[in-house]
Amino acid sequence: MGGLTPSGVRAVCSHDEDTATMGVEAARITFSSLSGSVNPSAVWFSSSNPPYMDKTNANVIHAALQLDTNAAAYDFGGAEKSGIGALKAALDSSKTLLLVQSDIRTGLPSSEDEGHGGDAASALLIGGEDEGDLIARYLGGSSANEEFIGRWRDPHERHSKSWEERFVVTKYLQLIDSAWQEVLSLTELSSGDISTVVISGSNNRAKNQISKILGVEKPRIDLFEDVGIAGTADATLLLTHALETSEPGEIIALVVLSDGIEVLLFEAGNQKNQSKDTISSQINSRNEITYQRFLQWKGNLEVQPPNRPAPSRISASAAARESEWKHGFIASKAEKSGMIHMPPSRVSTNPEDQIDTMDPISMANTSGHVVTYTVDRLVYSESPPVVFAVVDFVGGGRIPIELTDIEAEDVSIGMEVIPTFRKVFTADGIHNYFWKVRPARQ
Amino acid sequence: MASNGIKDKVAIISIGCTPFREHWDKSRDDLVIDATKQTLEGVQLASEDIDAYWIGTAQSGMSGLTLSMPLKLEGKPVTRVENFCATGSEALRQACYAVASGAYDTAMAVGVEKVKDSGYQGLNAFPMPTAGTNRTLTAAAMYSLVLPAYAKKFGVDEDELRMVVAKIAEKNHFNGAKNPLAQFRREMSAEAICDMAAVAGKLSVFDCAGVADGAAAAIVVSAEKAYEYTDKPMFIKALSLVSGNGSGLIDPEYDYTTFPECAAAAEDAYLQAGITNPREELALAEVHDCFTPTELILMEDLKFSERGEGWKDVLNGNFALDGPLPVNTDGGLKSFGHPVGASGIRMHYECWLQLRNEAPKERSIPQTGRNLGLVHNLGGYPGEMVSFVSILGTEID
Repeated sequence: MGGLTPSGVRAVCSHDEDTATMGVEAARITFSSLSGSVNPSAVWFSSSNPPYMDKTNANVIHAALQLDTNAAAYDFGGAEKSGIGALKAALDSSKTLLLVQSDIRTGLPSSEDEGHGGDAASALLIGGEDEGDLIARYLGGSSANEEFIGRWRDPHERHSKSWEERFVVTKYLQLIDSAWQEVLSLTELSSGDISTVVISGSNNRAKNQISKILGVEKPRIDLFEDVGIAGTADATLLLTHALETSEPGEIIALVVLSDGIEVLLFEAGNQKNQSKDTISSQINSRNEITYQRFLQWKGNLEVQPPNRPAPSRISASAAARESEWKHGFIASKAEKSGMIHMPPSRVSTNPEDQIDTMDPISMANTSGHVVTYTVDRLVYSESPPVVFAVVDFVGGGRIPIELTDIEAEDVSIGMEVIPTFRKVFTADGIHNYFWKVRPARQ
Repeated sequence: MASNGIKDKVAIISIGCTPFREHWDKSRDDLVIDATKQTLEGVQLASEDIDAYWIGTAQSGMSGLTLSMPLKLEGKPVTRVENFCATGSEALRQACYAVASGAYDTAMAVGVEKVKDSGYQGLNAFPMPTAGTNRTLTAAAMYSLVLPAYAKKFGVDEDELRMVVAKIAEKNHFNGAKNPLAQFRREMSAEAICDMAAVAGKLSVFDCAGVADGAAAAIVVSAEKAYEYTDKPMFIKALSLVSGNGSGLIDPEYDYTTFPECAAAAEDAYLQAGITNPREELALAEVHDCFTPTELILMEDLKFSERGEGWKDVLNGNFALDGPLPVNTDGGLKSFGHPVGASGIRMHYECWLQLRNEAPKERSIPQTGRNLGLVHNLGGYPGEMVSFVSILGTEID
């Protein structure tokens, strides 16, 4: 990092990711952690950095997850607080909802924003006990609001600005007592009942001071050193981490300092995240990148692409026709021969199969192995070179496909890979979403 | 079901080829005019003497107007054809069938590509509106997958195999250096090629065909009329084309050490021509060396080598200019570059020169009494390609 170098490491959105694709990956982990199946009635997407304006980003997530056609998809955008706001609205509703909260931090090179920020997404399924054992029970929440100028961004600009931290701290300090007392009175709990306080927000000084006020010496839950401050996704990311590391029955207070204060109380349930992709395991299996590449991915350092034509925009009608394949990674499997076709096909390469005797088969949650691979230093890419692998999937199916989240020298034949939803390129403002594979986390 | 072929029914009576270059000062129309003029003059014909035309171009023009307008043809049927990198050969194939059917007495196939006006490296396909799920890998990268697969399957050391394919480039540059029509006329050592930076897998830029503009043309008539135009016509012994079903992309059995479309096209062509031992019967072969590993695999798919033995035959010099079966005696795509629409006809042009003993002495093949030549094109990628094979001969059986 440039400028003042903070300690720790930060999570960075890759060149082929955006807040929607990160959100999809988070939601895939959330669904994979379920023992049964849950069909949310809506997906709510929150981000201060949405891939599209005007167009609904939640629809992309809906399509990638192949949610029910009748499940709604809505964006909550703009402010960082749209994340915690959506969570609270979901908890107060009686619906089964999928919340996806995702952010990419866009601090200028060498700024404190850059140094503190981390890119991340979290996904939560909100529902009642009739949907299965709960990971956490919501006990109640409070808000304390006041208008003040702390952090802001002109919608046409990429970088946020902040008012002097010392002033902003005073506003949070004025509000915390009211929010805290309100939630305790609502839930009929006392401070002593609360075993874990999780504090989220962009202002480290305010977080430290409020920790002291609430009697938290050193927060048990803090991802500043491992992820960074994740904007819209920060609060639910910290909550998820707290729930992954708590004991059943523990009371967790989530305190969010974001243009006012939100406090939410949860009781950890008996259910635990069944996925192997916990936040800790993801942190432990990280890849490190150079600061140059970081700047490149953030759009703060333009590099010369190979002298090849930049891709042209995708066709809306073609993309709509192929949505199951493009967004859902749904292949087809011949009824008789069992031959899997990627992309799906009406006609099988095996002559014993009849035309139009294929069944859809989802490849999204499969894993495969690298059969052979190559490194393409000639093809257009937003982050050359492109690593490309021929992958055979467990249970059948082969595809030659881009291998992402890897350095060319680290690929090996036989390596286990899994599908991942990515942004292949953007042209004419249209994002081309499709699947790649990435190394499986061990 | 039968692939009957048109053996000895049609002959090429004239063929011409422009230099393949970065023709900054020549338009597509100039190249078309140059190639057709040379070809017509070879038999003292005028454009109105030709009954029907086929123009092959991958993406330098659309429709028959690509040819009829620059040549100012009046009332002639002109068909534009495209079949990836087999485009030029495909134009010739259609012209041959038209004459064989009796529909026309004389037909001309023209191939042209104006590549260098794009300003980009390599060959780049026109973007078609898609859902964005198609692969975007370069052809070089796709063909680079051959090397590790071949090395593993046949137990060849990867570094040794890398040198083997560099030897293929060395051979083709050696031949091309003697050819005034070739784009690159400098010899290159295999060692120098191996020392270059890799751009796709282990392949360097010099493992790839060049990129050039060019045009070529051929006139065909029925075999019985051929001697009215020339003492040494070149008879069509076989024309074969196979368009793959893409199974190599999705079939876990496919191992990147063969191009089944090429093997099938060769099989068909040998049957049509009555060839049982291509290694002993062919005088030369012009094959589609778009990338060095491609030529290695082709030696086996075309049955010039046993499976897994092609690399040894390359090292033994079997396909050298003075070897037992010279391959790419004009320098191949390697030296010529690859104006997609023109390459196939350019390869037939080399067979014409060699079989008629008209190639310059310094790159003449040994006179063995054999009078058959083979032309091979492929277009696409390992796993999904079209492949063309023709057999040509100077005598009627």
